[in-house]
Amino acid sequence: MKKLNLAVITSLLVLAVSPVMYSLSANATDKETVNSVATLRDATPIDVQKEPNRIPQVVNKDIKKARNYPMQPPVIPHTIRSYEVNKNNNKCMSCHSRHRTEKSQAPMVSVTHYMDRDGNFLAEMSPRRYFCNQCHVTQLDAEPLVENTFTDMHSLMNDKSKAKKH
Amino acid sequence: MKNIIILGWQTLRKPSGYYSLGALVIGGFIAGIIFWGGFNTALEVTNTEEFCISCHEMENNVYEEMKTTIHFSNRSGVRATCPDCHVPHAWTDKIARKMQASKEVWGMLFGTIDTREKFLAHRRGLAENEWRRLKANDSLECRNCHNFDYMDFTEQSERASYQHSTALADGEKTCIDCHKGIAHQLPDMKGVEGW
Repeated sequence: MKKLNLAVITSLLVLAVSPVMYSLSANATDKETVNSVATLRDATPIDVQKEPNRIPQVVNKDIKKARNYPMQPPVIPHTIRSYEVNKNNNKCMSCHSRHRTEKSQAPMVSVTHYMDRDGNFLAEMSPRRYFCNQCHVTQLDAEPLVENTFTDMHSLMNDKSKAKKH
Repeated sequence: MKNIIILGWQTLRKPSGYYSLGALVIGGFIAGIIFWGGFNTALEVTNTEEFCISCHEMENNVYEEMKTTIHFSNRSGVRATCPDCHVPHAWTDKIARKMQASKEVWGMLFGTIDTREKFLAHRRGLAENEWRRLKANDSLECRNCHNFDYMDFTEQSERASYQHSTALADGEKTCIDCHKGIAHQLPDMKGVEGW
């Protein structure tokens, strides 16, 4: 009888404690994911307005950056302050369009920009590719706030072949 | 009516009977100063940003758009007001521009661009007026502040220094040829060279 009582008590105890344990462990995992975003506020209390960081400068070196993967839209290596891209005009295309590249010596937008989604070529830029900033962005002269662990295909394959040799 | 005009003309032609020559000369001189000073003061009042944006056409359209640009807010705090770019600084050119501007008073009275829609419909024409003027005077109003002789190409980005040291230096292009829409939004640019 005593043994049964003990079993009941322990099972009740386990039942009572388990939600607490569960929430503790849940908190731990939450913190890990939340922390990566919380670095933007540097653990500033929720009711305090954080002093904003300095706005970094836009990289304006005109030097092409390597793409991290083959399909990556190339980043813009110059400032684009007050470049208008709207229904009236597209400032980017005054250098990067086919008939302007000879004068500007800027890279021409790739032929894919003249294709519709079925791969048919159009005379003008495809409407779905018109708004350059949907894919192409400038870069800031700043340290990344969150570490980037992206590894591209080549490094992955290199690592794999190295591992095989050993 | 005809008699009054004839009488007035005859009075003007007659030599003065009562006033001394000195009083007339000095009086005329002082009246001249007051008139001339008053004229120029009134002219300068119309040459301020407050005067320009006292019409809602200017305040709600072009002035609002300018607020986001570098000619309004920048690191050194030097800013351009409306007349800095839109009115020549030299006196004769200024008077010529002011006479042209009387058409703008007409437009204001009759509400040519008194809604945003009307303004947008006229925007291409209004922009072309300014492009034509700046092209004709070799971007004089830009050059009132931006002097080519004192540009430091090493401080400019590579693209900027290339364009300024070639096309601008040999006079093939003037500022407005490339720098359109730097202080206000652009109209539909279809058919404009370089767009």
